[in-house]
Amino acid sequence: MKDFSNKYIFIFSVVMVVSVAILLSLTALLLQPRQNKNIEVEKKMNILSSINVASTKQNAKELYDKHIRKSFVINTDGKHIDGVDAFTVILRNEQKKPLAEQYLPVFIAVDDSGDTLQVFPVEGKGLWGPIWGYISLKDDMETIAGVTFDHKGETPGLGAEINTTAFESQFQNKSLYENGSFVSIKVVKGGAVKGDLHEVDAISGGTITSKGLEAMVHDCLIKYNKYLSQNRK
Amino acid sequence: MENKEKEPLFSAKNIKLMTNPLGQDNPITVQVLGICSALAVTVKMKPALVMAVSVMIVVALSNLIIAAMRKQIPGRIRIIVQLVVIATLVIIVDQFLKAFAFDVSKQLSVFVGLIITNCILMGRLEAFAMANDPWPSFLDGIGNGAGYGMILVIVSFFRELLGSGSIMGYPVFEKIGLYKTGYENNGMMIVPPMALITVGIIIWVHRSRNKNLQETR
Repeated sequence: MKDFSNKYIFIFSVVMVVSVAILLSLTALLLQPRQNKNIEVEKKMNILSSINVASTKQNAKELYDKHIRKSFVINTDGKHIDGVDAFTVILRNEQKKPLAEQYLPVFIAVDDSGDTLQVFPVEGKGLWGPIWGYISLKDDMETIAGVTFDHKGETPGLGAEINTTAFESQFQNKSLYENGSFVSIKVVKGGAVKGDLHEVDAISGGTITSKGLEAMVHDCLIKYNKYLSQNRK
Repeated sequence: MENKEKEPLFSAKNIKLMTNPLGQDNPITVQVLGICSALAVTVKMKPALVMAVSVMIVVALSNLIIAAMRKQIPGRIRIIVQLVVIATLVIIVDQFLKAFAFDVSKQLSVFVGLIITNCILMGRLEAFAMANDPWPSFLDGIGNGAGYGMILVIVSFFRELLGSGSIMGYPVFEKIGLYKTGYENNGMMIVPPMALITVGIIIWVHRSRNKNLQETR
């Protein structure tokens, strides 16, 4: 390998960095519309899955329009905020704001049997990165009708199991309230007590993800406490 | 070097570049490189397969690119140049997965990005591509990617079968009714240390069958 002058090295680096930057920005720019569409379709599929409607990539948009009747944004006092599209609210960014200024999206949906459900998005931290999901409540505003969870980078086979049906179906018919006060859902290591309305089994080998999920459900839904109490029947 | 231009594309020497890493020069079991990701992505077979293919693409292309410009790369910053090439390719692969194979990219998540730190890539660039022509380097990349992928698939096969009772997500043990006999999945297979032990067993079998790999005193 022959020796190069400092000037050559400097020019070489600049040319390399600039061309790589151009290449990467072009790739990102060209692929962005497709990626965004994937993300949008996935979000619709997730919301549908939380009201127990199975969808595919192809029919997600159609089913979403059919089942989701209304969506709006509220604040922690349960008051409506006008002029914000609930679908485009990014929860991660909201959570960085002071509590009183946070936008809280609500989706009103009708499931296959004609019952009206309300869907609330949740987002929190797992072991390696963000975890998120959607929780739908029956019209008593405390019983869970369905949930769906997802994650960015939890360990496959361990924490990543939170998005399996086996784990998610445990939440059905669990209750967020005990005698009118908010208690959320506990994710219990070693097995939940059978028949307990506020406990589900944790994932073995995925303790930190399970704990993160428990905190996520509690922290995100308690912000809706006022709204839920006001609308309870 | 110039008089070798007539060499056929798939000469015996070039074929060897591809087949050696599968056996007696395997990146994982012999060179012991890329162990970190071998432990992380082998719980289930499907992510392991996609990971294997992605690594193969990246290592082959980065070998090709570095070999093609090896005479222009200043020695003092060669590691940085190699890293830039690897990182660029990995990001492009990641972007394409996100756009065209969204589900798979979600399954692999962080591990695609972690290909950048895979020791096999830097190892092959330093040891081979910096000193060889593009075509042999490309084959060397394919070979090493395949050698890595092969071990990944073998390890993930056993871990998924014994740990989750399925192959490629298909529940075999449940279908043949093994659970009714009182059999239970071995939860230990899911945790990373078992991947290390599985790799260890593969190395043991590999060495005991191959005299060239045994150290003589």
